[in-house]
Amino acid sequence: MIDIDTITKRYDDTEVVSDVSLSVPAGSIAVIVGTSGSGKTTLLRMINRLVEPTSGRIRIDGQDTHSLSPHVLRRKIGYAIQGHGLFPHRTVAQNIATVPKLLGWEPARIKQRVADLLTLFQLDPAAYGPRYPSALSGGQQQRVGVARALAAEPAVLLMDEPFGALDPVIRAKAQDDLRAIQRRFGTTIIMVTHDMEEAIHLGDRIAVMDGGRLLQYASPTEILTAPATGFVESLLGAADRPFRLLSLTTLADVVEPGTADGAPLSADATARDGLSALLWTGRDAAPVQSADGAPLGRVTRARLMAAARLPGQAPV
Amino acid sequence: MTRVWSFLPRMALLAFLIAFLWHPAWFAGLLRPLTENGAPPIYDQGSLALLTLDHLAIVAVATLAASLIAIALAVLVTRPSGREFLPLARSLVNIGQTVPPVAVLALAVPMTGFGEKPTLIALFLYGLLPIFENTLTGLSTVPANVMEAARGVGMTGRQRLWQVELPLAAPIILAGIRLSVVISMATATIGSTVAASTLGAVIIAGLTSNNLAFIVQGGVIVGVIAILIFDALRGLETLLARRAGG
Repeated sequence: MIDIDTITKRYDDTEVVSDVSLSVPAGSIAVIVGTSGSGKTTLLRMINRLVEPTSGRIRIDGQDTHSLSPHVLRRKIGYAIQGHGLFPHRTVAQNIATVPKLLGWEPARIKQRVADLLTLFQLDPAAYGPRYPSALSGGQQQRVGVARALAAEPAVLLMDEPFGALDPVIRAKAQDDLRAIQRRFGTTIIMVTHDMEEAIHLGDRIAVMDGGRLLQYASPTEILTAPATGFVESLLGAADRPFRLLSLTTLADVVEPGTADGAPLSADATARDGLSALLWTGRDAAPVQSADGAPLGRVTRARLMAAARLPGQAPV
Repeated sequence: MTRVWSFLPRMALLAFLIAFLWHPAWFAGLLRPLTENGAPPIYDQGSLALLTLDHLAIVAVATLAASLIAIALAVLVTRPSGREFLPLARSLVNIGQTVPPVAVLALAVPMTGFGEKPTLIALFLYGLLPIFENTLTGLSTVPANVMEAARGVGMTGRQRLWQVELPLAAPIILAGIRLSVVISMATATIGSTVAASTLGAVIIAGLTSNNLAFIVQGGVIVGVIAILIFDALRGLETLLARRAGG
């Protein structure tokens, strides 16, 4: 649980973060979205005190972050940044071992943890551990960056545009991996991004910032269906809204009894992918099956289009 | 294969140097054409090997001292608390480079007397600038996101300096030391004018007795050592740079 309580950061006369309060429940992902200069990165960096707030408090699990010295606090909080920031003169294994080593873990425990993390991120420890970061691809470097941030099993992970430098295909995979790892460890994540798509895809809650102020802090569905201001609405991109809304629903939510012809769709797929498949194959309905192949029923185009409609809007 | 070919001339040069210092008489025939009126072709007022060792010792001590002070100064002025001293440190180091070593010798002798001391002072002052400037460059070009990560993982200021900044700056710092050593190798010869034991003694003896053979052998020994040191340090730099993910 992270409690940000009326936090303000002022440089001389400019307020870059103004009176922001929000709390992130333990084990959830909060995504801070905004344009550049919105104060989102400053807000994130105040949590691990890379930036000292001018006023206000931040508590992690009830403990004021100012009750610890900054370097002790930071060792308890994972931190992953855009362009990964790996130490170029240290091997992948040494990079991941950074925080456990600072904390004085036993060498055997560090070695085990590094091997576990590399395996978790689908990198063979024997092959990749001894390499230097420059010998890895961009996607691999990014994974090592996140692995380093998670090495000391922090309860909280801060991420500053961690996927910003990745191409769309690798980025989608990295997002899915992060979601899976977050569920597995129950880590509380606060992530900064300028990409609303990423925010909707990953966030349990989304905080929209502009000019240092928090405009709205709500679930993705609420942000989509009831944007607090015109600015929030403009960030969403009017043309993409119905598809984004669909991307929050899975086919399991809209499946109905009945049968249909053609290739079955997976119940885990998003409603957006389902509609896309129907449009592409020119069908009105498709069968839906569970992950292990059991038939569940069917999904219709009409049902999906209804799910994409702004709630409360009567069908014509 | 290319490694062997680039390695071979260096080994040959080193072998030549050792042979010349071990038994200069072997090369007497080579140098005799440079002498006149039956003057000795090989320096005969002392051992060339001992002079070389003294020369190297003076350069080593001066460079070591210059490295320690210059690196410490550069580290100091790149810390938040020392940033305001940067202009001051820079002008001090620049003065060391602007005043000619000969002038330093002349000024130092009345204070320290003749011998090694004034030479050490001159070489020390002359060697500061390249090391200081290179350390400054090395420390200030550590990538911003690497420094950000170093702070973010919870390294203290000292840990960031020793574990991140200095290792990443090492190749550039070493390049500064290399420049400084090579300049000092040549400059140390003038130390003989104030009675320091260096290879300059051979050159000066040649100049005063009009013996070209002395001048050549003194110059060649200094030059060959300078080339070998330059080469070895550059190899070390490449190695460090590769390790730093260059």
